Parts: sequence; C-alpha cells; structure tokens
Amino acid sequence: MGIVTLKVNGIEARVDESWTLLEALRFLGVEIPTLCHHDGLTPYGVCRLCMVEIEEKSGTKLVTSCLYPVKEGIVVKTHTDRVVKGRRMLVELMLARCPNSKTLQDLASKMGIENIRFKMKNEDCILCGLCVRLCKEQMMSGAIGFIGRGEKREVVTPFRTKSEICRNCGACMYVCPVVELPCRGYNPQGELCNSCLRVVPECADEYGQIMCYLESCGSCVKKGEMNELVKT
Amino acid sequence: MELEKIDKIIEKYSSDSSSLTSILSEIQAEYSFLPQDVLKRVAEKLEIPMTQLFGVVNFYKIFKLEPSGKYIIRVCLGTACHVKGAHGILEEFERKLKIRVGETTKDLAFTLEKVNCLGCCSLGPVAMVNDDHCGQMNAVKVNSLLKRLSSSGKY
Amino acid sequence: MKKIKNREDLERVRKRIVKKSDPNKPCITISSGTCCRAYGCQKVTKAFITEIEKQEIRDKVEVKTTGCLGFCERGPIVVIYPKGIYYQRVTIEDVSEIVTETILNGKIIDRLLYIDPVSGKKFVNGEEISFYKKQMRVLLKNNWLIDPNKIEDYIINGGYTALSNALFKMTPEQIIDTIKRSGLRGRGGAGFPTGVKWENCRRANGDLKFIVCNADEGDPGAYMDRCILEGNPHSIIEGMIIGAYAIGSHEGYIYVRHEYPLAVKNLKIALNQAREYGLLGNNILNSGFDFDIKISIGGGVFVCGESTALIASIEGKIGEPRAKYIHTVEKGLWNKPTNLNNVETWANIPIIINKGSKWFSAIGTEKSKGTKIFSLVGKINNSGLVEVPMGITLKEIVYEIGGGVLNGKKFKAIQTGGPSGGCIPEKLLDLPVDFEKLKETGSMMGSGGMIVIDEETCVVDLAKYFLNFILDESCGKCIPCREGTGRLSEIVERITSGKAKIEDLKLLEELSHVVKDFSLCGLGQTAPNPVLSTINYFRDEWETHIKNKTCPALVCKELIQYYVDNGKCNGCGVCKNLCPQKAILGELKNPHSIVQDRCISCGICHENCKDNAIILSSPRGKN
Repeated sequence: MGIVTLKVNGIEARVDESWTLLEALRFLGVEIPTLCHHDGLTPYGVCRLCMVEIEEKSGTKLVTSCLYPVKEGIVVKTHTDRVVKGRRMLVELMLARCPNSKTLQDLASKMGIENIRFKMKNEDCILCGLCVRLCKEQMMSGAIGFIGRGEKREVVTPFRTKSEICRNCGACMYVCPVVELPCRGYNPQGELCNSCLRVVPECADEYGQIMCYLESCGSCVKKGEMNELVKT
Repeated sequence: MELEKIDKIIEKYSSDSSSLTSILSEIQAEYSFLPQDVLKRVAEKLEIPMTQLFGVVNFYKIFKLEPSGKYIIRVCLGTACHVKGAHGILEEFERKLKIRVGETTKDLAFTLEKVNCLGCCSLGPVAMVNDDHCGQMNAVKVNSLLKRLSSSGKY
Repeated sequence: MKKIKNREDLERVRKRIVKKSDPNKPCITISSGTCCRAYGCQKVTKAFITEIEKQEIRDKVEVKTTGCLGFCERGPIVVIYPKGIYYQRVTIEDVSEIVTETILNGKIIDRLLYIDPVSGKKFVNGEEISFYKKQMRVLLKNNWLIDPNKIEDYIINGGYTALSNALFKMTPEQIIDTIKRSGLRGRGGAGFPTGVKWENCRRANGDLKFIVCNADEGDPGAYMDRCILEGNPHSIIEGMIIGAYAIGSHEGYIYVRHEYPLAVKNLKIALNQAREYGLLGNNILNSGFDFDIKISIGGGVFVCGESTALIASIEGKIGEPRAKYIHTVEKGLWNKPTNLNNVETWANIPIIINKGSKWFSAIGTEKSKGTKIFSLVGKINNSGLVEVPMGITLKEIVYEIGGGVLNGKKFKAIQTGGPSGGCIPEKLLDLPVDFEKLKETGSMMGSGGMIVIDEETCVVDLAKYFLNFILDESCGKCIPCREGTGRLSEIVERITSGKAKIEDLKLLEELSHVVKDFSLCGLGQTAPNPVLSTINYFRDEWETHIKNKTCPALVCKELIQYYVDNGKCNGCGVCKNLCPQKAILGELKNPHSIVQDRCISCGICHENCKDNAIILSSPRGKN
C-alpha cells in the first residue's frame, strides 16, 4: 500500500493512497460535516456539505471530499470563506425543506445560522439516500429506491405498495437523519429553533461542569467563538 | 394482458439491461401505457430488480403508467417558442380541454404534455399532435385544431 | 447489394455510381427535414412524383428528397439542378407549374424566388442569398446534395474516403495526432480537445472499450445535431468508425433522443446500408478491423445529455450524473474506457482526415478551430441553421446572415448556450465567437443555440423560464441543484409578480453562486448563468420589477394590464368572442371595454385585434 503526502490547511500529512479525501481528513481530525455519508456505504456525494477547496495551478476548485481520491501533493483547504458560506447556505436550504429534523437544527446552530430566508416546507426526507443504500448494500434487500426527477424525487417501494422483499428490519429508520424525534426547543415546530445557540448556559469558568458531560450540548459554541473556529 | 406477447417483444432484444428502454418503448407502443403486471414480467425476464425498474419508468418522461389519450398533444416550450408566446398556447389548450398539463381528458381523447424543445425552432410556437408538427400556433389555431380532432365536437 | 471487398473495390463502386448518374439531367430536390415536414414537404414531394408521371417524363427528370437546407424559415425549399434554381415556400399548387415551366421550358418562376427584404433584390441561385453567402458550409454542404436514405449519394460525394484512408494509410497514432493538430474541440458545449480525449481513451487500461455518440440534443433552441442526423447520418457513422479504429474500440452506441423520430429512422437505415456494404461490422473493407454501432433511444430527459448520466441511461439505469473524478475515458460504460463525443464533433472527423489538420486549423481563432453550426432563432428575420467559421462576430451573424431583428424592433440581447448560458447585450456584439470569448461574457458556447431577443422580451421572464426549465429537468440527486434552483425560481417568481423586496436580489445572487459552486454536475453548476448574466447586464430591468413593480417589456403577466383604446376600437367584436374569461364587454360597432377583475392577461385579445386597439400598460392599476 502506498502513501501519499498532502497539505491540509497548511499542515503536511501522509495518508493511505487508497483513501478518499474525506477519509483522510477525518483521520487527521479535521471536522467535516456530512449528511449523506456513512462509513459502511458507497459514497453518494449528494449533500455537498463535505466539499473542500483544492489549490491548483490555474486557481482553486471545489471537490466533493467523500468521492475524491487522495492524490500526491494536493493542497487542501477545508474551511475557506467560500466553503463555509456555501455549507451554511446548503444547511439553510435543507432546513427550509425539513424544519423538524434535530440533526439539521443542531447543524444549523453549530454553524451559527440564525434565520432561514426561505419559506418553510414541511417535508420529512432530505433525499440523502442513506436508507436506499443501506437497504441494498448492507441488508441485501433493495426494497426501496428513488423515483421521479427533480422536486418530485422521492424514496418509495415499487408501486408504492407493501414490498414483498422488505423484512421490516428497520435499518432504514435507524440510519435516517430526519426521522428521529423533532427538536424540542423553545420555538414551535416548523421553525428554526436555535435554542442551543441562543441559550446562555450557566457555564462555569472552567471545563468540567455537569453541562459539559452532556452529549452535544453545544452551548459553548456561541456565535463569536464559532467565527474564531472558522477562521482557523 | 397476454404475457406471451410481452415475452416475444423481450426475446427480440438482447437480454441485458441496455435494451430496457427499447423494450419498454415497444411495449408501450402496443398498450399506450405500462401496466403493473407487464412491468413485473419485464423485471423477471431481464433479471432487473423491481426497485430499479420502477425507478426507471418513473424517471424517463416517455414512460406512462396510466393510459393516455387517442391524441397526444405536446406543446413545445423551447426557448425560441417561449419568446414567441408558447406558454399562452399551452394555457389555451388547458382551458379548452379543461385539464392541466400532464393530464388526460376523461373520455381518453386527448393527453396534454409539454416538451422542452422539439427542434423546429424556426416554426415557433410549435405543437405536436401524435407525430405531426403544427407550426406558428396561436389561440385561434388551437381552437380549430381541437375542433378538427374531436369527433364529438366537445372541445 | 454486394459487400465492398476492399479499398480498391470502394473506388470501383464509386466510379460505377458516378457513371450511372448524369450531372446534366434535371433533378428536383426537396428539403425534407422535420421543419419542412411541418410545412408539408411530403405532400409537395408526392405532388412532384404524380405530376412527372402524368406528364410522362419519368426518365427525363429525377426527384430527390434531401435533409435540412438550414433556411427553415422559408421551407419547403425546392432546388432544381443542374442550374441550382432556389424556390422557397413551395406549395402543392406550384408543383405543376414548376414541372411545366422550369423543367420542360427552362423558365424561372419569379414569385417563388427569394427576395431580399432589405435590398429588394431577387435571387435565382440559393448560394447568393445573404443568409447563405456569409456562411462557411463545411458540415452542412452535403445536406444539399444527398438523400440521407441512399448511401450511394454519400459515396458519390466522397463518402467513406476518409475511412479507407484512415484504415489503410494511417496508424491509430497518426489519426489521433491529426485530430490533435487540427485543434478540434468538443462541440457538445464544454470544448474539450477531441484528440486529447481520444489519446487518453486509447491509453486507458482494458481491452474492451466503447465509443459513444451523444445525440441527446436537449438544449432548447438548438437543433443542429438533428439536422446532421436527419440529413447526413453517414458522416457521423464514418467519423465514429475512424474514432473507434484510432482508440481501439469495437462497439459503439448512438444515444439519440426519442423526440427526433425522423433522425432515428434515418440513422437506422444508414446503419443497415453501411453494414450491407461492408463498411460496418466484421472485417471492415477487409482491413481486419471490426466495429459495429447500436442505437439507444433517449427517454426524453435533458440531464441525460450529461456524459455520466447518458452512460447510466444506456446501461438501463436512472440517468443520474456522478462525480467525474474518475474520467469516463477510464471508467465509463459498464466501467470500461469510453470515449464520448457529440454529433457535430463526429461529423467533423471525416472532413479533417480528408482535408488535413492544417486546412482545418487555418479556420477559426487561436484556440477555437473550424466551423460551428448555430441555430439562429427567436426574434430574427432569417431564422435557421447557420454554419460559420469560429471567430466571426455576433454582429455579422445577427445582421448580415440573420438580416436583423424581426419586424424592425430594437435588438436587446442574444442568448447563447441554452439553460447553461447567458444573454449577451448589444454593446458586446462585436465579440468574435469562440469558446473562450463567449465564456468571458458570462455565457457559453453550449451546443450552439442562439436566440435573439428584442425589446419585447423581458430578461427577468427569460431567466425565470430557464430556471423553471432546469427545475423541471434537474435529476434531483444533489441538494444545491434540486433545492437551490427551486428557491431561485421562488425568488424570481416573487419578483415577476411584484411581491419582492430589494434584498431578494441579493439573496438571489448569493444563492446563485452557491448553486454554481456546490452542484454535482454541469447542469447545476451552470444553472444560475441565465440569472447572473442578466443581472450583470440588465440590472436596471431587475430593479424596476422590484422597486416600481413594472415590467418594461410588458411581458410579466402580474405586472401588466390590458385595456381598450376607445379611439381605435371599432367594435368588431373579435376580442369579445375569443376572450376565454368573457371579460370583454361591448355592443357591436361600439368601443368595447375590459373588466379588469376577470382579465387573466392571456393576451389573446391583443394578439387578434386588427386595429391595435388593445393596449398594454405597466405597472397595473394605472387606468
């Protein structure tokens, strides 16, 4: 197995040549948001959140890191202005489609998104395709698939009837980023919650309070600090 | 539906999935749409998962899962037709046939569709009735066309 | 039909066909592309045959149907050889006169000739007409001469010479080198150097390789590929065989859209004839090289024109694009190396092999070589297909070939590149047309649609039209294209209905850039171009829609109002009868009026009023 050298956010790193860029970045501890990626499934590249910038002779270009094979000598920047602005817009678009997803609400808060500029819809699927791939690739069933084009795209069983091959294993629900309990913030359902962002927590001066042990509290990632993080 | 007929059509083509579109088109030409049991047979014969086949017939515009009318009217909405007022033509058809684009009249006489460029841009606005092109359409021509086509004089 | 055995035999066959045909025998050719069929050319052809039988002159005159001659506006066109007399807008009523007067008595019928609307001059010979004069018809030349259903017509005009030279006189490397030197770039829109693509595919690992011809011409307002497919299918087939030999492939596909039934039919006939002649199939011309072509019919989905989606579609899957980090020349159809080129690119190949790379690269600009076919349509006097050398200015195309804007209206912009392109305003009309120059304006070459718009076309409405087109045609796989264009369209809808705030324009631009940057395939990456380019050149018009709730071109329905000019209305009642809403009231011979509450701004009254008494105003509520 060969090793390639790449430069990530100014730091040189050596990674396995068979990896995708996303694998390499996560191995190196760089936080890259994703919604359609799952380690056990074929990368699909539709949520576009994992896009990063690569420097080339002729300028920079954006690549989908979950699909992009690492190459010797590439120079990668994961949190440039262009990338971060784009990611925020993408989360805004998805949240406007599925406002009740806790995953999306949390992501929005983490990215410091404070208002949604589009009319809210009330869909319950972001069409990430995780369920379709899991059903086919891991459960060896292939009971569900995509139909339709563009805005009419949806995930269904053939003829929309009870599938003959579905074993009711529930894997599709397990992997779905939207189907979980909706966000229980202050704001009514169907709106941007932002509770985790707005809440001024009773945070002690030092790390180690009970709050800090709660999973994904996120309260310390306030807007100002978020921007600091983004810049580095 | 005679399934032997379907089998015969399938046998004419190579049995890999690249013949799928051609097979489905030929079946549709026979029945005017693709019924459920026919699709199941095709999936079985070509050994394609039903999920994939159902995705395909719901993706491509040529495939129809419901019977279509005797006359399929396709209004071209290409750019050249658009700047010459094609949307007005489509709306006139909708008003006269009392259906929305994509629908079929209850008596199965007309199906109204839109198409993104028929490639007769110099003739715009263009409509196509089955295989015939009608160029330089306007509201008056829409009316006379429908009168000519409908035997009952209903439209 | 006998199989052609080898290279020498091909020349013998050619000589035999030449000997059989008499160049001095009168020949009536009738243009029979799809456009002309809509004008009724088939009836005209039948009438000619009947008339000739009736006059018992069957052995004195030949009747031939050809492909599209390009001047679609004037169809059906009848050209009479050997003199090349060019009759336009011929109807069945003219047929017997043409046979009696022109064929038998050698007289020219004045009323069927083309009269230049500017100079008033009449033209007997088609090539003298200003529409054709400035063109450089390399690819479309044979469309005048050959019956697409007769391979003999193609052979007599030099057909398959390039193939025989390529197979017997050149190595695959030499062919690739010739194409590289010619500077030919892909005519599908992106303009990738063809020779380089071929070389990459030849070098790719694997014995099994595929050749694909992309004939899924979906760009609205572009139909040059249809014209070649219908009128000269053998030029594409010959190009593909040469390409296959150079790359080392034995199987090819032509992916053609089902909306072009005549193209499919002519292609099938051409393929069969080429097989019968031994120009396609096993051991072509006894060279030891095998190659055959299959036809794959498109499903009427625009995104399948994208190479990876097209490949998925041939494989019988949903036509979704994928990221191209591994190129199709390495892993394409069934994961095998695949070389995909557009119709016009393939048709250029035999010409380059015959005439040499030097001849080809002498035409055009520094980086864009050869000729390009454009479909010049929209609000233009001479609409049709034009083939011009790269580097010609837009002004020459619009005014010298196109004869200026329709009905003497004011030129506003020219839209190129279809839904991926943009609008180029009047101030840039001196721009020489090539891949780079068009891109610099924020538009692109695309497949070659050129839609002229005048002062009566609203650019905001046009941007909305393209967005809705993309929205309808997006495969829906990735978020920015599916959700992003949907939201773009939502914002533009607000603007055209007078409900937008000025901040919306900023959001529109911001979102446009994200869709451009973050979409998966070319469709999404270029989708915001019509919006961005019109905002760039026509910002005033966008702002007027938002701030004044006015549509200066009087197009956006929710911002305009129809009313009757009492001074002009003579009360004929035509509008009253036609109004679908029964919104027009009035007594016969007395001025009518429009009930605004009922009016849906369909414009039928305006369109049909002979006295121009229906007037439009914007913003609403003025009268």
